[in-house]
Amino acid sequence: MRNHQTTEDIALGIRRRVFEHAMRNNGGYLSQACSAAEQLAWLYNEELNLGAPTLPMIPKPFGGVPHADNPDYHTGAGYNGPFEPDLDRLFIAPAHYALVAYATLVETGRMAAEGLEMFNQDGSSVEMIGAEHSPGMEVHNGTLGIGLSTAAGLAWGRRRRGESGRVWVFMSDGEVQEGQTWEAIQACAHHRIDNVLAIMDVNNQQCDGAMDSVMEVGDIKTKMEAFGAVAVEIDGHDLDAMREAVKTPHEGKPLIILAQTNPFHTMPILEERFPRLHYVRFKSEEERARMNTSIAQSLGVDPIDYAH
Amino acid sequence: MVDMVNRPYERAFEQHALANPDVLCISADLTSSCEIDKFRDNHPDQFLSMGMAEQNMMSFCGGLGLAGFRPFVHTFGVFTYRRPYDQLMASIAYPRRKVRIMGFLPGITTPGGMTHQAIEDIAVMRSMPNMTILETGDATEVESICAAADSIDGPVYCRVLRGSVPRLFDTPIKVGEMREISLGDDVLIVTAGITTEEAMRATRALEAAGVSVRHLHLHTIKPFDAGALLDHIGAVRGGVITLENHVTEGGIGSLVAEVMADNGIGKKLRRLGLKDTYAHGGSRAYLMRYYGLDALALTRGVEDLLGQPLGITEEDLAQARVEAVHSLAKAEGL
Repeated sequence: MRNHQTTEDIALGIRRRVFEHAMRNNGGYLSQACSAAEQLAWLYNEELNLGAPTLPMIPKPFGGVPHADNPDYHTGAGYNGPFEPDLDRLFIAPAHYALVAYATLVETGRMAAEGLEMFNQDGSSVEMIGAEHSPGMEVHNGTLGIGLSTAAGLAWGRRRRGESGRVWVFMSDGEVQEGQTWEAIQACAHHRIDNVLAIMDVNNQQCDGAMDSVMEVGDIKTKMEAFGAVAVEIDGHDLDAMREAVKTPHEGKPLIILAQTNPFHTMPILEERFPRLHYVRFKSEEERARMNTSIAQSLGVDPIDYAH
Repeated sequence: MVDMVNRPYERAFEQHALANPDVLCISADLTSSCEIDKFRDNHPDQFLSMGMAEQNMMSFCGGLGLAGFRPFVHTFGVFTYRRPYDQLMASIAYPRRKVRIMGFLPGITTPGGMTHQAIEDIAVMRSMPNMTILETGDATEVESICAAADSIDGPVYCRVLRGSVPRLFDTPIKVGEMREISLGDDVLIVTAGITTEEAMRATRALEAAGVSVRHLHLHTIKPFDAGALLDHIGAVRGGVITLENHVTEGGIGSLVAEVMADNGIGKKLRRLGLKDTYAHGGSRAYLMRYYGLDALALTRGVEDLLGQPLGITEEDLAQARVEAVHSLAKAEGL
């Protein structure tokens, strides 16, 4: 399903929606929109082969967790379309990017804008850390580092069933600190699982701050190749680079695109908050107002009237 | 004497897997230790080696479940939940994937010491929403564990016995039920896994000493039929005693205690098992004696429960033979 907007427009729209949301709620995952908007816009608008959504445009309220006594339970995967052999699947491995992912669903016509208003509201399925039942999510990934393994298992299973659809993972660079990420890559290589593909937002940021100050991870590309992946480094704000990178041959190996990004791309004023960018909560009304004016100008919109 | 069956899991798994093409054999570098080496050699297309990487294995199996497969995870029980607890929770238990976790070497059935002895696995799994727990106590239960586990609509953790396993029963596991081994009216003994054979030996000596024993064997630990247990507790005069190859916190002793407390049962309860302690490496018989998990410990526990010495000696117990299964057919049929 292709959207009529350009991918550039969608990336801008994602940032505008996340900005508006952060202003109205006195904070949010702004930096993730800066770094990842192009990647998610490209996946949804160009690269993923998805069907039309199967769930209502306005998300249903929280319907309970999986349980034997909850037969009507379903995940939020329906926002990515139905499960068909030829269609792709997507896992958002760092579920902390949920706000950005939801904004992407809105921009690509898969969820109504009202869905974003439900973000982090009690009783809503549009949870702050994307849950299985949240729009666009299929598995719980709030515990970081498990997404690629799950995708690898699903990809192995889909290949065995003769399905042509791929399994895509949106990853974050902090996940390479988890040993499981490396276990997953070696398992993909050992079992020649090449229908799993990932794009990683390499923004060099994590909760405590700049990754190098928290735990140095060295050269991710070299390490991934040593563990058996094909890794391609690109400028994560360059859509043409993504379009080229995905063509890289990777027979018998997973393809991981390392999207080098800037955590304040298009919102330069956020650099004031470096290195604590994981969740930007405004420290004062003065800061909130100043960021409102500056980011609105950067994104080409009017400042948000958050008092109303 | 009781019949011993060699490697019952090996045959049972092969039979089940070949009849169910969506069953996959998953191994974590303990393939021969879990009796699936012949399966690997004979049916490589249905076998996946995941290496010594349990965290990935658990999430990977969650993904296989998402694709409609029913992975049987084979490794030592302790490796299925200590290291990959987070993955077990998020990738398997929460989404109710049909992953069948075959945990070998339950409790002190290994000389491997602390790192290899799953002594708190039942406590961990009981506290995990959506998880079913089965435990095998004899060869017949091992032979029926694959079908029983695979009948569950969700994840299952199984304590599986390997190697030479006694045959105590002649009917397969019926998930959700419990076995009534004897139906006396002085004390109720509740056991699971390898402690059941000990209790059967102790029962002979206790009966000889004039104690009427009611003995239940649990193969289904979660979900649990509290109503049936309550009926049995109501049928004895002298109280309840549990014996488990597990710590006494969170296992079947706790399970019985919870049922009694929840229902206001004022009878005495003695919980035997590992008492807030790790075990160490040694033979099964040595460890069962050292940690008080054997027939002698059980008879001492019954003396304590009844408040009277019974004069049962080690020699009495050594002579108390557990007979071959068919001589127990009547008890089984009660």
